[in-house]
Amino acid sequence: MTGRTRFGPTALIGEALEGVGSKPSRLLITVLGTMVGIGALVLTIGLGQTAGGQLTAHFDSVAATHVEAAPTSVKGADGDGHASSALPRDAAARASALAGVDASVLLGEVPLGDSTVTAVPVHDPSSPTLTPPPVWAADGDLLGALDGRLAEGRFFDGGHQQRADRVAVLGKEAADKLGIHSLAGGPSVFIGSHAYSVIGILESVDTRRELQSAAIVPLAAAERDFPDLPPPGILALKIAVGATDLVSHQVPIALDSAEPQNITVAASPTTTALEGGVRNDLDAVFVLIGVITLLAGGLGIANVTLLGVSERTGEIGLRRALGATRPQIAAQFALESLITGALGGTIGAAVGVAVVVAVSAASGWTPVLDLALALGSTLLGGLVGLAAGAYPALKAARTEPADALRS
Amino acid sequence: MTTTAEVAPVIELRGVSRRFGSAQEGQPQGGPVTALSEVDLTIRPGDHLAITGSSGAGKSTMLNILGLLDRPSAGEYYFDGVATSSLRDRRRSALRGSSIGFVFQSFHLLPGRSVLGNVLLAFVYGSVPRSERLRRASEALDRVGLSHRLAFSPATLSGGERQRVAIARSVCGGAKVLLADEPTGNLDRVNADAILTLFDELNADGLTLVVITHDAAVAERARRRIGLADGKLTELGATP
Repeated sequence: MTGRTRFGPTALIGEALEGVGSKPSRLLITVLGTMVGIGALVLTIGLGQTAGGQLTAHFDSVAATHVEAAPTSVKGADGDGHASSALPRDAAARASALAGVDASVLLGEVPLGDSTVTAVPVHDPSSPTLTPPPVWAADGDLLGALDGRLAEGRFFDGGHQQRADRVAVLGKEAADKLGIHSLAGGPSVFIGSHAYSVIGILESVDTRRELQSAAIVPLAAAERDFPDLPPPGILALKIAVGATDLVSHQVPIALDSAEPQNITVAASPTTTALEGGVRNDLDAVFVLIGVITLLAGGLGIANVTLLGVSERTGEIGLRRALGATRPQIAAQFALESLITGALGGTIGAAVGVAVVVAVSAASGWTPVLDLALALGSTLLGGLVGLAAGAYPALKAARTEPADALRS
Repeated sequence: MTTTAEVAPVIELRGVSRRFGSAQEGQPQGGPVTALSEVDLTIRPGDHLAITGSSGAGKSTMLNILGLLDRPSAGEYYFDGVATSSLRDRRRSALRGSSIGFVFQSFHLLPGRSVLGNVLLAFVYGSVPRSERLRRASEALDRVGLSHRLAFSPATLSGGERQRVAIARSVCGGAKVLLADEPTGNLDRVNADAILTLFDELNADGLTLVVITHDAAVAERARRRIGLADGKLTELGATP
């Protein structure tokens, strides 16, 4: 009676490598499956990260030149945050006088209550109830402070503020919602019972994008028409590059010299949220595309490996006749699949990285790629190969040697 | 002096039956088929046995049972004194790999490996030390007259040469029994004669030979002939 066989790891790896290299055409097709899958994953994630990098560069430049001042929030007895003080009425003028501040605007949302915002003077009870666009009151250089651009008309100025004129500038989305597509004919919007002449329509606003869907009126007019208007809570500033520290120090003193700690200066929260949102959307889309492609590659490996098992039934029978156990057969086929997957993963990652670099170079972008993804592709390819080869390996192990030797 | 009849059998079948067609085996409907029926057979070391029979007589089933590639449905199979029916797959595989050599009609050589590589495959699952493998494989190939073809691909060999490679692979590991299934089925008469002569020489060296064949001329070369019909064995004769 003989003892245990000595089919150790070295022999297993040797046989698996022999098996992988025994038929180059089959190897090529199997490797192609993983290569395309991993390559697409690296490419899509790489392009996503590169595009994200471009976005970051853009947002960084926005963040570097846009800050906001607001009353410091303190925790009240009810546990909620409350403004510790109010911004002064002339905050925009005070801030504009500071070195490093290019433009400033004082902003506050007008509480509408039950008031409607429409483009027609008569309220039709049968018309469907629509959520009115929000109304914001502004004092200062809004276009300069928020990098806004007008599609048509003009923005209200110091004269309008002084006279508390009932004029309004509509964000592009608000104008569309109200059905105002042109200033021809002198359109008006009715905010509650007050008619405001529309003198401009915004094309875009780089920060505080919510103003795109709002009607913006002079702060003085809003104070007169809406007695419940709270003090404006936002002072948006456009500052010179590199002036962040200076402005952060000076603005609180300019606004509340007695208690400057009551004023906080920070990067525009809208910018940060927007950047995060865009990056998350991009990442999700690219990862989804990559995973789907990888799944398709894995199915390709499974198919080819399964076909290989059928082709190699005679070899499986021979190995069983020579003393191989079922687990040894399964281990060999699983390892072959793992090696093939790892090989495909490595080549795919190299191709993916090359394409990302090429596309970036052609577009004038800086290629950005997670090193862990590129280096981990071999492992990922191996795991995909192992997962895809698991069933074929089990099928090979279950093959009856007597049946296999008849083939 | 010990005679052949007094030596302990290397193969012994006692009441071995093999039926196909149970639900577990996934056979097509139509009732079970009895391929072997209560077979008793004793083969002693050095025997040269031919098992003959028409197609469907149960020859392949007999080879699979003898080669530990299949298990009997009933009865017991002793190999070298070990009851094999209850052995687990691992022990059966080890016993098969170390003690039984196979030669098939279709050679079963791996096309991606050289002649030497195909013979060395015999050692992969065994316990022969790595340092001895090359020597033993080379000796086996020398024995079958192929020492000048070590690096050749099987695809470049004739049918007779391929079968000789397969024989070298089956005996280099120190097999006690060589099971040959229609070993000359794919060969012309000249090559077939050469293979049968090689078998005679191996048998003369003490190797136990069991040849499954439907070819009467091949069976005539064996010292003992057994007929298989409807799953039952019949002693057909013996040559002293």
